[in-house]
Amino acid sequence: MPSHAETSPTDAPPPRLELRGITKRFPGCLANDHVDLVLQPGEIHALLGENGAGKSTLVKMIYGVLHPDSGSMLWQGVETVVPDPAGARRLGIGMVFQHFSLFDTLTVTENIALGLDGAGPMDQLADRIRTVSERYGLALDPGRHVFHLSVGERQRVEIVRCLLQDPKLLIMDEPTSVLTPQEAAKLFETLRVLAAEGCTILYISHKLEEIRALCSRATVLRAGKVVGAADPRQETARSLAEMMMGAELSIPERPPQGAAGAARLSVRHLSTTSDNPFATNLKDVSFEVRAGEILGIAGVAGNGQAELMAALSGEALLADAGSVVIEGVSAGQMGPRARRGLGLAFVPEERLGRGAVPELSLSENALLSGYAREPLVRGGMVHFARARAYAETIIRGFNVVAHGHRAEARSLSGGNLQKFIIGREILQKPKLLVVGQPTWGVDAGAAAAIHKALIDLARSGAAVLVISQDLDELFVLSDRISVLFHGRLSDSRPTHETTVERIGLLMGGLFGTPPDEDGEITRAV
Amino acid sequence: MNDLALIGPILAAMFAAATPLLFAALGELVVEKSGVLNLGVEGMMLVGAVCGFAVAVQTGSATTGFLVAALAGAATASLFAVLTLFLLANQVATGLALTLFGVGLSALIGQGFVGIPLEGLPKLYIPGLTDLPVVGQALFGQDVMVYLSVAAVPLVHLFLYRTRAGLVLRAVGENHTAAHALGYKVLRIRFLAVLFGGAMAGLGGAFLSMDYTPMWAENMTSGRGWIALALVVFATWKPARAMLGAWLFGGVTILQLHVQGLGIDVPSQLLSMLPYLATVLVLVLISRDVARIRLNAPACLGKLFHPDA
Repeated sequence: MPSHAETSPTDAPPPRLELRGITKRFPGCLANDHVDLVLQPGEIHALLGENGAGKSTLVKMIYGVLHPDSGSMLWQGVETVVPDPAGARRLGIGMVFQHFSLFDTLTVTENIALGLDGAGPMDQLADRIRTVSERYGLALDPGRHVFHLSVGERQRVEIVRCLLQDPKLLIMDEPTSVLTPQEAAKLFETLRVLAAEGCTILYISHKLEEIRALCSRATVLRAGKVVGAADPRQETARSLAEMMMGAELSIPERPPQGAAGAARLSVRHLSTTSDNPFATNLKDVSFEVRAGEILGIAGVAGNGQAELMAALSGEALLADAGSVVIEGVSAGQMGPRARRGLGLAFVPEERLGRGAVPELSLSENALLSGYAREPLVRGGMVHFARARAYAETIIRGFNVVAHGHRAEARSLSGGNLQKFIIGREILQKPKLLVVGQPTWGVDAGAAAAIHKALIDLARSGAAVLVISQDLDELFVLSDRISVLFHGRLSDSRPTHETTVERIGLLMGGLFGTPPDEDGEITRAV
Repeated sequence: MNDLALIGPILAAMFAAATPLLFAALGELVVEKSGVLNLGVEGMMLVGAVCGFAVAVQTGSATTGFLVAALAGAATASLFAVLTLFLLANQVATGLALTLFGVGLSALIGQGFVGIPLEGLPKLYIPGLTDLPVVGQALFGQDVMVYLSVAAVPLVHLFLYRTRAGLVLRAVGENHTAAHALGYKVLRIRFLAVLFGGAMAGLGGAFLSMDYTPMWAENMTSGRGWIALALVVFATWKPARAMLGAWLFGGVTILQLHVQGLGIDVPSQLLSMLPYLATVLVLVLISRDVARIRLNAPACLGKLFHPDA
């Protein structure tokens, strides 16, 4: 196999990878339909498509996790079958997964050893990790446990793991969705160096501006078929999105905010402690969300977002009842149901398992949070006809693509399920809506619809709190933005007075506010 | 003093009483590190105990007896592995069923062997060392299986934390989806781990029937399989701590026997309860340290895995 890698630079070298008529069928869906793809040495090639367009299936076949039903794959001009991921790595194919394939309780070195065949002794490997991470500017401490690492560092572990195998093709699935803009810029430098060294990079992302900055060619998938190719540098983000959707994109406008109303949610000096070693404790967090406005909380995952969500939703009860005040009522000791009674609705970050029960139908899922506000239960008995009607209203009102109200929640694509969950909460006319990562992994069309729904809700007089890592999203949605870093919250700034760069710096920990060493200054109030 | 003279034999008996627990717990520890919860330890110990005993009686060879016990334990475990790994049966229910099955099967096999005496294994004797006061008998006067069980502790630790195979096994228990995405055969690794757990449980059972109390009686493990399961949690999945736990349990078992022997006016049933009460108490105390458990517990413990899902 390595002998095939010898390509002479004079006569036209074969493409690094060529896919011919790749087809993959799953029960009930044709995931890839005669897909052709050509990747040249040293190019950064974008793979575009909406959720469910078949991108993940395609790259999983390249990496040997799945196998095509028909079609052929030529690796450097030679027809090849990739039996499994180890086989792919032997060929020189590396992959950085969207959901990291890391092991929390193992060290960086151990994690990397798991993805390397013939890794050799651990201390030698640690030295190699240091060498490679210095060479590409990816700072890493080989001896640390993964659960201590930030999301950006975790991604570096994955990238270094690939780089140690001298890959000829590096597949990156949504690599920047969890990074700060500065971290993303750093990653791009690394990728450009790699490409200049001859490594081919297949890049999957929903962030079209990024693709325009980084990639020289793009292949667009829609419903499992290749529907176009483009030079992203010659396109606009809008034209790329429309190629993916096959329809026109309507980007929601945020009408100017009216006079801010009364505070619907006040968080005062909220601090948490947790037994969970993986948790980030909140430290003296204070903010307000007023009727009619959207407050955005930015920050890289793992800086206290999960803890803040739990403290607001009522999943975690607080020592001080007054630290969370909803509609003037001290709610810190109330459970989720009591808080819903005050007018709070929330959409957690995890759609499956928290926002919806995967195995239940949509009408049953609609019932779960809707039963109190909508009269779906009578005398302890479920009124199924009404639950069905309610689910159908959500499906129609929010353009959820699903096989009716009987469809299981897990059968929906991420974007459609998210539209359903957000619709379920919005139709209950909440006074206060808390949303975590509303468009994580959701394609441009669905994201625009979700954004519009949130803006409409705020303009109708509700208070909306959006916790997200996606800065572009926060700049579209928010009237004010704060940043969560290491469990502390920065002061909020009006969105039109700040920039992505400044928020990005805050996300990296450079709070512009006077440094409060142990929270003494703010605590002294 | 009379009391001081008792300490030597008590220590010696403690190590022996701990041995079956240590074998079974080490096996189950490896199984659980791979992400599988096999509650059938008690059943596998019983099958190992009766098979080892029967073969040792028939052949007169203790070595053959122990080998067959390990094989029988592994065979019983393979039943569990096929059901839970390949047919995706619920691990808790299958493990419970395996224990019930083991109780019944061992009683059936052992029908003809009740009341037959067997000679235990010879004890080590090193002139001078074994004669040392207090610790001589305990440290240098045991039989080979006791030493084997103790030697297995560093071996299991080295395997888990110093070898590549051990790393892969821990990775599979930590995140089977990621391990699968990296190309590891999750089911094969778990299958092997379950077999190892069965073999170790079989050895632990055979130690009881061939050595500790060399005879066969129905249900002679009397809950030791369950104690071994508890020990794994007590040890927060660390081999050395499992050994300490086994010694603690062995120590309490022996102590209550001696207390009964001293004729102290406490109902004997209450004293027999002591080792189990101690286990419950220790488990409760350990469970308070959530952080330690989170850091060491295999995240995929008890979760079913299907490669195509």
